[in-house]
Amino acid sequence: MTVRVQSETFDFAAEVAGFGTEPGVGAVVTFTGVVRDLPEGGLQAMEIEHYPGMTESAIAAIEAEAVSRWHLLDCLVVHRHGRLAPGEPIMMVATAAPHRGDAFAAAEFLMDYLKSRAPFWKKEITAEGAGWVAAKDEDEAALGRW
Amino acid sequence: MIDVLYFAWVRERIGMPKERIETSATTVAELVEELRGREERYDAAFADLSALRVAVDQQLTDFDAALDGAREVAFFPPMTGG
Repeated sequence: MTVRVQSETFDFAAEVAGFGTEPGVGAVVTFTGVVRDLPEGGLQAMEIEHYPGMTESAIAAIEAEAVSRWHLLDCLVVHRHGRLAPGEPIMMVATAAPHRGDAFAAAEFLMDYLKSRAPFWKKEITAEGAGWVAAKDEDEAALGRW
Repeated sequence: MIDVLYFAWVRERIGMPKERIETSATTVAELVEELRGREERYDAAFADLSALRVAVDQQLTDFDAALDGAREVAFFPPMTGG
């Protein structure tokens, strides 16, 4: 189980290359989140603030919960902070399990909880100014399915 | 003494990321009332608690939580990770 919180970008291929290689793994699921431009375009940057210390422990607790619910052999969460440009990767999760059902479910669980329970805040920067991204009701509601 | 941390728009509205304060508050709610009484910028930041989340010693909790021996309290808007 690995958690990394970092400002620098990450190399998805390199992260995945060494992941899920232990005996017994039959399924590896990965998800990568990317800075999306606004529907109307014009996003200059996404600034991601976090709570050093709590961020790592909150993600580790979410990972521990995933491990207690599904049969996982490994999981990885990488999440960036700082100023990111559109198209840059923000974060990734990877899960490794004997069977794909556990790997998919745990990856979705990790994503749902990272959205609403890991202390990150996003700010969108455009030529007109900057604004904090509001949490969505549906993201909070998504936790209810677990 | 307790460290009080602010993140995102709460930090911007209060105008600093962190301060160390002397308080006799025994719960988060009492601490919030104390802060609101200080200055208008605090009052504005804490006007709608439903728009805020709180962590005590880096654990998410609620505004009724006790501060018994806590070293650090953080206030922030709902999180937007992922």
